[in-house]
Amino acid sequence: MKVCRRSFLSLIIGGAAGTALSPLPLKLMDDSSIWSQAWPWTPVPEDGEVSHVGSICTLCPGGCGITVRKVNDRAIKIEGMKGHPVNNGGICVLGLSGLQLLYGPTRVKTPLKRVGARGEGRWEKISWDEAIAEVVKKLGGLREKGKSHTVACISGTDRGTVAQLLGRFLTVYGSPNFIRIPSIQDSYELTMHLMQGVQASAGFDVENADFVLSFGSGLIEGWGSPVRMIKANSKWKERGKVVQIESRLSNTAAKADKWVPINPGTEAALALAIANVIIQKSLYNADFVKNYSSGFEEFKQMVLNEFSPDDVSGITGVSASTIESLAKSFAGSSKPLAVCGRGQGETPGSLNEFMAVHTLNALVGNIDKKGGVWTVPDPDYIKWPEVEMDRIAANGMSKARIDGAGSKRYPDTRYLLDRLPNAINSGKEYPVEALFVAGANPVYTIPDSKAVKEAFNKVPFVVSFSSYMDETAVNSDLILPNHVFLERYEDVPTPVGLQKPIIGLSKPVVKPLFNTKHLGDVILLMAKAFGGQIAKAFPWDSYEVCLKETLGNKWDKLINDGFWADSNFRPAVWGGAFHTPSRKFEFVNKGKAESIKIEGDEKAYPLILMPYDSMRLASGFIGDPPFVIKTVEDTVLKGKEIVVEVNPKSARGFREGDQAILSTPKGSVKVRVHHFNGIMPGLVALPRGLGHTAYDEYLADKGVNFNELIGPVEDPVSGLNAAWGIRAKLTRA
Amino acid sequence: MSTLDDKAEETVEQVETTKCPEKEQKNRACGIILIFFVIGLVGSLAVGWLIFPKLLYSQKKQPIDFNHVVHVAAVEDGCESCHYFREDGSFSGVPKLAQCVGCHEEAQGENPEELKFVEEHVTKGNEVPWLVYSRQPDCVFFSHASHIKMGKLDCVVCHGHIGESKHSRVYEENRLTGYSRDIWGKNLAGLKKDTWDRMKMDDCAECHAELKAKGETVTTLPWPINWMPRPYEKPASSQVRVNIQKDACFVCHK
Repeated sequence: MKVCRRSFLSLIIGGAAGTALSPLPLKLMDDSSIWSQAWPWTPVPEDGEVSHVGSICTLCPGGCGITVRKVNDRAIKIEGMKGHPVNNGGICVLGLSGLQLLYGPTRVKTPLKRVGARGEGRWEKISWDEAIAEVVKKLGGLREKGKSHTVACISGTDRGTVAQLLGRFLTVYGSPNFIRIPSIQDSYELTMHLMQGVQASAGFDVENADFVLSFGSGLIEGWGSPVRMIKANSKWKERGKVVQIESRLSNTAAKADKWVPINPGTEAALALAIANVIIQKSLYNADFVKNYSSGFEEFKQMVLNEFSPDDVSGITGVSASTIESLAKSFAGSSKPLAVCGRGQGETPGSLNEFMAVHTLNALVGNIDKKGGVWTVPDPDYIKWPEVEMDRIAANGMSKARIDGAGSKRYPDTRYLLDRLPNAINSGKEYPVEALFVAGANPVYTIPDSKAVKEAFNKVPFVVSFSSYMDETAVNSDLILPNHVFLERYEDVPTPVGLQKPIIGLSKPVVKPLFNTKHLGDVILLMAKAFGGQIAKAFPWDSYEVCLKETLGNKWDKLINDGFWADSNFRPAVWGGAFHTPSRKFEFVNKGKAESIKIEGDEKAYPLILMPYDSMRLASGFIGDPPFVIKTVEDTVLKGKEIVVEVNPKSARGFREGDQAILSTPKGSVKVRVHHFNGIMPGLVALPRGLGHTAYDEYLADKGVNFNELIGPVEDPVSGLNAAWGIRAKLTRA
Repeated sequence: MSTLDDKAEETVEQVETTKCPEKEQKNRACGIILIFFVIGLVGSLAVGWLIFPKLLYSQKKQPIDFNHVVHVAAVEDGCESCHYFREDGSFSGVPKLAQCVGCHEEAQGENPEELKFVEEHVTKGNEVPWLVYSRQPDCVFFSHASHIKMGKLDCVVCHGHIGESKHSRVYEENRLTGYSRDIWGKNLAGLKKDTWDRMKMDDCAECHAELKAKGETVTTLPWPINWMPRPYEKPASSQVRVNIQKDACFVCHK
C-alpha cells in the first residue's frame, strides 16, 4: 500500500467533512464569542440584593445629597439625592466618581510613621495605639514646656462637629492657632461683618434672581455649590439674564447673555462706576437707602467724585455706555443679584471688591429679599458646655495667633492661612513645633508652593489626618488616616452659598475597608490620653455618641431623610437685620478703592498670568479621580504637558502647540501654547487642579500646579490673599 | 492556431495509452484514498462528538449535595419559599446563608452533607459557593418578575424538574466561557425535547414568537436570530418589524 499525497489530502477532506458534521465549529464559535464578551478580568458588579443609602457628599463645600446604590455590601454607583434642597437629584462629575476615592489605589490603609526623609515616601505601619501615643507624647512635651501655643491646626472647615471638636481640642490644650482653609467665604463673612454687623455667611437666592451680575465668578464652573448653580443657570435661561464680567471667555461667560471683558483686577472700580450711574440716575431703592442704611452721603460723594463711567472706562477697558447700560439693566430688574469671587472661589480676593459688589446689592435693596443676598446665620445646634481651661491652656490661648488674624493690623479677620508659610519661614513670630492637617491639602492648595514646603520642613512634627496619600500626607511625619466620606458619620451644616440654614448627615455607606479611624474618635482618644481638663472637655464615649447627642431631636429626621431644613427660617426684615453700631447697613467708605497690585515687574514680565477653573478639574483638597481626569480636554492637558491659553495677538511668535517656558517671579515651568481668541491680549491663562505630585499614577505628574507660579498678595484691609494673577513671560523652550 | 490544437490531441492520446495497463493499480490507489477519507471522517466525528465535549467541559461537584425533595416537602410556598422575590421586585436567586441559618443553625439530622454544611459554613459564617446551573452571561438582563408574576410562567418551564431532585447534579463548566453546560444544553447538536433543555437566546425567542403568534403582548425577538424567516409571523407585519429594529435588543441586553 502506497500512501501518496492524494491520500493525505483525502484524510484532510474527510477530517473537514467530519468536523463540519460535528458540533465543534458552531460550538467553538459560540463559546469564543461569549468568552470575548466577558473577559474574565473585566470588573462586573456581583449579583445580589440592591439597596440605596442616602448621604451627603463632602468632596467639596457644595454639600449635595447623594444616594448610593449598593449590591450586597459593595457600593456601585453614586447618584444625586432627589428632593435634596441643594441639588435635587443632580450630581457633578467629581461626586459621580467618588467611588474611585473609596476603592481606588490612593487610600492610606493604616496609620503610618515616616522612616525616611520628609517626602521620601518611606513609611512604617504602626498600630492606632502607637500612633495616638506618639501624638500625645509629643504634644504633652510641648505643653509641659509651656509651648502649647506652638501647635497649629489647618482644617478644611470650621463648621460641623468634627471641626468644632478639633477646635475645642486645640483650645483646651492651649493653642489659639486653629486655621481654616481660605476661600471667598472669608471675604464674604468679613463683608457681612463690616457692612451688616453680623457673624454670618452670605447666602444667594440664585433660583429666584432674574438678573445676575457676576464679577468673574465661575457660576457654572464650581462657584458656590456647583450642582445647584448649574440648575439655577438653567432657570436663568428661561427667565433671567446673566452678565459675566471677566477677562477670559470662561464657560460661564460663554453661556451668559452678555460677556463684558474687563482689564483684570479692576472689577471693584467697575462695580463702583455702576453704583455711580445708579446713584446719579436715582435708580436705587430709596426706602432701603433712606431708612436702613448709614454712610450713604459720604459713599455717594466718593463714588460721584472718583468713579464716573468715563474715568472708570479708562481703567477697566469697559466703555462708559456699557457701564451705563449695565447699571440700568441691573437696577431696572425686579430681583437683581451681584456676586463676586473669581472662578471656583478658592482665593479670598480683595475686600474692596467684595464690598463694592455688595454695595450694588444694597443700592437696589435686595439684601434679605427674594432673589437677593441673604444673611445666613451659623447653625446653632452645637451647644456644648464651655471648656474649662487649665493654667497652661489659658496661658497658651492668651498668645497671639501666628497667622496674624485678629491682630491689631487685621482685627476682623478670623483666619489667615496664606500668611502662615511666611510667618514660619521668616521666624518673626514664634516657631510652630507641631502641625495638624485635617480635611485639607495645604502643600498643594496654598500659593507659593516652594515657601509652603520650606515652612513644612521647618515644622518638626506634622500630623496628617488624610484618607489619601496627598501632597501634605507625603510631607508629614505621621498619617492617622480618617475614614473616607462614604465610610463615616458627619454632620454637614449649610453648604456654601445656600440661602437657608440646613444640616446634612453624611452616613457610612459601607463598612470601613481598611484600618482607618474616624477623626472625631481620634480626637476623643487623644483627649482621654491627656486626662485632666482636656479629657473633661470631651465627655463622650465615641464620636457617634457625641454626634447623636449634639443633633438631639434632629437625629431621627437626619437618619431618615439625610437632611434637616429649618422650616421656620425666614430672611431677616430690614428693621432688625443689621447689627452695626448704627443698626443700619453701612456703606463703608474706605476711600479710593485701589486695585490690588500683583507681583512682578512689567518690563521683565510683559504678560499677566491668571488661573482658571473648570468643573473637570478638582483643585481643592481632593484631586481628580481617574474618571474625571479622563474628561480633561487636549487644550488643557496634552499628554502630561499643561497647555496655557494666550491670545494670538500676544503670542509673540509662538505657534499653536509650541513648547514654551512660562516664568513668573515665583518659578518657571514648561508649557504648551494654545491660541485662544477668548482671552484678552496680554494675558496667559493656566488651569488649576493639575500638577499633583502625590495621589496615584492617574493624577500625579500631569501638568503644573498653578500655586508653584504665584505667591499670595495681602489685601491691605483683611490680610487675606487677594492675588488675582502674577506677571509672567513666555520664552522659547 | 491549428498546429497548437493538433499537438494537444497528440499528448492526450499518449497519456491514455500509458495508463491503461495500470488500471488495477489505480483502483487500489482509489481504495486507499477512500480509506483515508473515512479515517479522517470518522476520526473527526469522534473528536467532535466524543472527545471535544470531554475537553470543553470540566466536571464539578456542588460544595454541598442538596436535596430539593426534602426541602420542598418542609416548606409551605414551594419554590418561592427559598427562591423569593425581594421587596423591590428583584429575584433573590440562590439563597444566601442567612436564609438557611433560620432552620440550620444546628444540624437537624445525621445527614453527613448537612453536618458538613453546618460545620463549614453555618458555624464559620462562610457563604456556600453554589455553582449556578442557570447563570447567564453578564450581558443578559433577565427579569424573573416579568416572567413569573406577569407572564405566570411556572419555574419548571425554564428550570425543569429541579425541585424533584434528591441530589445535586454534576456541574459541567465550560472551560472557555466559565458558564454551565445547561445554557447550551446537554445535547451538543443543540437538539431539545423539552423547554428546559437549553437556555440560549433562541430558546427565549422561540417562546416569545409563539406567544406573539397567539396574540399575547410580548416583545418579539428576531427568531431564530435574524438569519431565518420566522415561522409564526407573516413577513408583512411591519409593526412587528419596527418593534424589533427599535428596541428589542435592549430589552435583554442593557
